[in-house]
Amino acid sequence: MAAKTLTIDGKHVSVDESATILDAAVDAGIYIPTLCHLDGVYDVGACRLCLVEVAGSSKLLPACTTKVSEGMEIQTDTERLRQYRRITLEQLFAERNHVCSVCVANGHCELQTLAYRQGMDHVRYDYRFPQWEVDSTHSLFGLDHNRCILCTRCVRVCWHIEGAGTLNVSGRGAQARIITDLNQPWGTSDTCTKCGKCVMACPTGALFYKGATVGEMERDRTKLEFIVTAREKKQWIAD
Amino acid sequence: MQADQTLETKPQSGQPARLRLATIWFGGCSGCHMSFLDLDEFLVELAGKAELVYSPVIDVKEYPQNVDVCLAEGAICNEDNRELLYQVRQRTRLLVAFGDCAVTANVSALRNQLGPGNAESVLQKAYIETATANPALPGEPGIVPPLLPRVMPVHEVVAVDYFLPGCPPPADRIKSFLVQLLEGQEPVLTGKDIKFG
Ligand code: SF4
Ligand code: SF4
Ligand code: FES
Repeated sequence: MAAKTLTIDGKHVSVDESATILDAAVDAGIYIPTLCHLDGVYDVGACRLCLVEVAGSSKLLPACTTKVSEGMEIQTDTERLRQYRRITLEQLFAERNHVCSVCVANGHCELQTLAYRQGMDHVRYDYRFPQWEVDSTHSLFGLDHNRCILCTRCVRVCWHIEGAGTLNVSGRGAQARIITDLNQPWGTSDTCTKCGKCVMACPTGALFYKGATVGEMERDRTKLEFIVTAREKKQWIAD
Repeated sequence: MQADQTLETKPQSGQPARLRLATIWFGGCSGCHMSFLDLDEFLVELAGKAELVYSPVIDVKEYPQNVDVCLAEGAICNEDNRELLYQVRQRTRLLVAFGDCAVTANVSALRNQLGPGNAESVLQKAYIETATANPALPGEPGIVPPLLPRVMPVHEVVAVDYFLPGCPPPADRIKSFLVQLLEGQEPVLTGKDIKFG
């Protein structure tokens, strides 16, 4: 296993060549905001919050899907990046209906937390106020499309950790949405094992346990981490 | 936001001038004003440093001229809200979007999701379909203001100087904002102090 040496915000870092910029930053204790990334599941680079500047590249690169290379000089917290992150967050809020005050995830939401951490005190875009539905046909879980940011964490855990393949994405652009099986009500799905991993994975109030009301939707990721550890280390241990 | 807008209190015969403060209530539940009243003993201190010139808690009919700071609660839902907001903007140096309805339109804007014709359909639902007696749409020209086709946050209608989110903003958040303002600083809220909800 060859190591690569690089700098992140001026700090010298040495990591395995298979690492991403995000892995290297986490190793070095440097914070990069992420939203679609979930430990233990492969990355897709969907949300663009983890964009960083790399010397010699005019493009901004997603830290979660960009592999490290020798001598890379990375900046994670420049004025330009802060501006882009703020724009990305504001667009996520303007795109669907995020009414935090009445949301199941209020106070436990990764989108909401990122927004205040990045200094978002209002949204400069006009809100779109689209019409979306809530699928509450499942016996245990609900899916509120109003709060979905299409990070696809739920889809990835459903296919690659549980192996059920129930959840998917259909449509494009503003019409894109999470579907179950052949675009049918979740409660009629033949493949859903009711494991709840999607609910544990979701960063927002889009997936929730039925019965949870405003601010009650706290997620316990330990079960998810337990399975990821088992897959990666071949050990059934909880740490 | 802009440096020239920071507050300077002009001394008058040795005494610092009191800040001319207004609070206003647009389309909201009044919870932000309740939270303002939750400032408790700080209200006494505030009264020494600021003069409340317009507010739902005092009896002043017309929005005055030369207001230094206005805390505006609520979303802009009807024609009355909009007209008054134009007046407020003209007569106020620093306009603060006060609470989530002012900042994001929040719950007040849920009807926007019903699409075109939402103003008519919510009235129909509330005053006709669910009425138990005298089903009729409220209407009195010049008295009952017509609903706007779309509920808007304050900054979608006029320029806003500061944002004070929260549903409602907790009293200590309001206090921290006002204290900075009274001390002549540029008010800056960070971290959890700008959390929505
Ligand atoms: S999902 Fe998060 S950001 Fe969206 S309304 Fe709920 S708490 Fe707010
Ligand atoms: S339901 Fe949740 S996890 Fe799935 S795509 Fe939407 S926000 Fe992401
Ligand atoms: S976390 Fe990297 S693109 Fe979403």
